Amino acid sequence: MNDLPASVDDLEEGLRSVGYLADEAAALVAFLAARLGKPVLVEGPAGVGKTQLAKSLAETLGRDLVRLQCYEGLDEAKALYEWNYRKQLLRIQAEGEGAGWQEVQDDIFGAEFLLERPLLAAIRSERPVVLLIDEIDKTDQEFEAMLLELLSDFQITIPELGRIEARTMPVVLLTSNNTRELTEALKRRCLYLWIDYPGPEHELAIVRLHTPELDERIARRLVEVVAMVRELDLKKPPSIAESIDWARALLLLGARDIDAETFRRTMSIIVKHRTDLDLVAERVGVKLAAPEEALGAGARE
Amino acid sequence: MPERGSRPAERRPRSSRSAALFGGDGADALPQTLAAQIVQFGEELRGEGVAVGTSELLDAFGALGEIAWTEPTAFRETLATTLAKSPDDRRVFDLVFDRFFFRAAEIAAVREGVRDAGAAGAPGEAEGELDPETLREQIARMIAAGDEAALRDLARLAIAAFGRHAEGSGVIGVDVQRIRRQLGLRTDPQPQLADGDPRRDGLPRDGLRRFEQLLREELERRQIQRTEQLPPARPLNELDRALPSSPLADLASVHRVTRQLKRRLKTQGAERRGHKRHAHVDVRRTMRASLETGGVPVVLKYRPTRPRRPEIFVVCDVSTSVTSASVFFLSVLHALHDSFRKMRSFVFIERISEVTELFEQERDFKAVSEAIGRNAGVADVSGYTDYGRVWRELRNLIEDELHPRATLIVLGDARTNGRDPAADVFGQIAAKAGRTYWLNPEPRLYWNYGDSVIAAYEQHCEAFECWTAAHLEEFVKALTQPDAARG
Repeated sequence: MNDLPASVDDLEEGLRSVGYLADEAAALVAFLAARLGKPVLVEGPAGVGKTQLAKSLAETLGRDLVRLQCYEGLDEAKALYEWNYRKQLLRIQAEGEGAGWQEVQDDIFGAEFLLERPLLAAIRSERPVVLLIDEIDKTDQEFEAMLLELLSDFQITIPELGRIEARTMPVVLLTSNNTRELTEALKRRCLYLWIDYPGPEHELAIVRLHTPELDERIARRLVEVVAMVRELDLKKPPSIAESIDWARALLLLGARDIDAETFRRTMSIIVKHRTDLDLVAERVGVKLAAPEEALGAGARE
Repeated sequence: MPERGSRPAERRPRSSRSAALFGGDGADALPQTLAAQIVQFGEELRGEGVAVGTSELLDAFGALGEIAWTEPTAFRETLATTLAKSPDDRRVFDLVFDRFFFRAAEIAAVREGVRDAGAAGAPGEAEGELDPETLREQIARMIAAGDEAALRDLARLAIAAFGRHAEGSGVIGVDVQRIRRQLGLRTDPQPQLADGDPRRDGLPRDGLRRFEQLLREELERRQIQRTEQLPPARPLNELDRALPSSPLADLASVHRVTRQLKRRLKTQGAERRGHKRHAHVDVRRTMRASLETGGVPVVLKYRPTRPRRPEIFVVCDVSTSVTSASVFFLSVLHALHDSFRKMRSFVFIERISEVTELFEQERDFKAVSEAIGRNAGVADVSGYTDYGRVWRELRNLIEDELHPRATLIVLGDARTNGRDPAADVFGQIAAKAGRTYWLNPEPRLYWNYGDSVIAAYEQHCEAFECWTAAHLEEFVKALTQPDAARG
């Protein structure tokens, strides 16, 4: 494992080069995760770049990303491994009468008949990987308990095969939207990182990084407006990715300023609920109307 | 005991202090003193209810070995990521961290004899020269601008100018507030001031709070230097971590608490059912069965165990004196409705009105609270709680339905506005119900002060103080314990 970053700053630099502006805490925790080989539990509101952190980390470290998307009802067969029953059946039929019970049993419970699922794949991978367990809070507690062995020892026990230990140390990230409290046992095994919506300067830097062609004045205005929208009590506040999308859209449209008209036409990029749209139009759109004349007049001069 | 009053601005003290604390600089392994400090820090976090285990502390040590821990932010974030594992914990962590390491650095500095350069000849120097009005304006300007470094210096100057020269009042919080008042720093607009003065539109709340914090640090620093020992580590001010009170922004966190509560209500019940294995022999049925075997009771017949089906009556005060609490209480009510089928709820201010149906029809919390605010029939003449009237009405409403298995929960501050508390009527209701609980959103300290008459009601029920999630959990434990119900 010689691809580990030497210092926090190196890693931050690396993340920046693949387009992820990590704040100090995020870079530090990612660095520690890589160095200590401990999983990281990343929590925060939806759309602050939790999943993206894992992707960018994989890219920076030059590793493959193995992703397990969690959902309600996810079980071992989908997450860990499954026996390939059909192949086993074929094997038994091909064997015919001659073979003894023990022989067949040893044979069909071999690695050849194992179907790898993400977790096992991450463990057995020849090259080190980044394992992303996304939205762990969507699963039930039983699944969480099953993860414990993997997270603390990086090993999986398959009754018929025995223990499978990790060949290389994966960097593990778990993300959660905090829809339910995770168990203490899981938290104890993880480093903890809370990512919140970035501050205005930080978000401006992110937007500028992705759309360098956009005029800085507009970018700043955009960040202000997005912050205003997030203040409201919305069903789904705009994420960072949506800020970037909006910036791109404004660039495409060649907008000169974010005035009430532009905002009305493009706000569906950052606001995606019927009721939210009304609320935003009512609160933010109105606020924009006033500076529009002032700014518009200024721009025309 | 020389008063080490106003020190002129210098930027260095921090690092010399940290060096004293960390015992030398640049060492690769963690120095003993720091390790001990961190263990003690962990102790203090535990004292505040953060679950810090030995494994967490080991992680912290391991992590500190990987980074340049002499850098303040890295040090802090490393400890945070290994020790504090939820947003709530993080909030407590930040509070404790500031207090603990600030004090630790100070006391280490005193022990090691680190003195700030230039401080020696300075006491009292600035006091004569400061014009209070200039100082006021400058501080206000810096608060508005959010200039941290300048504020730190100004805090020192302010203490020099306005702090009493000797000991102050002895209570740092009092001194902070006194100095703030003398500086005339307020968040509300002061239109009488000149244009361009930042105080005209009111100061930003955060900035002001930050300045108060700096004042507090500075005063504490002086106290440590004066007495050469640490002030006793008091538990964090409970109000710092109390229930969120601004309704919209913090609704989500209230919801998280109640979700947890819901889960606990479910699991705890089941757990206890599992433990109670023994059953009572039904003698009559056993004898009858024994006839088949010639009068020998071979087969024992048991009395069927009836699961305890709690019947809950909740009465919730929604008047203005509990406004901040009632959002919380309403969401508790909401959660209870999800967990218990047989439940009736009432809200009251001056009169009582039943909202059971409302809760059953409407799943969305916001809609419920809006509906209650709008048309739940609590529209009152005065807007003041009238407990006496409420009890009489409640008695008429539910008297016939109360029985020893019923639980009555009252959410309210027991402030009668000087009206008749009618504790005897409440006593009659409580006597008919099996269990009666009172959840009071005020700290116990304020009970029975002013128009609070909780003592009169406490004779008839168990009263809990309930204004943090922890309080609520304690109450939930009591509620789900079947044994406590007997008698």
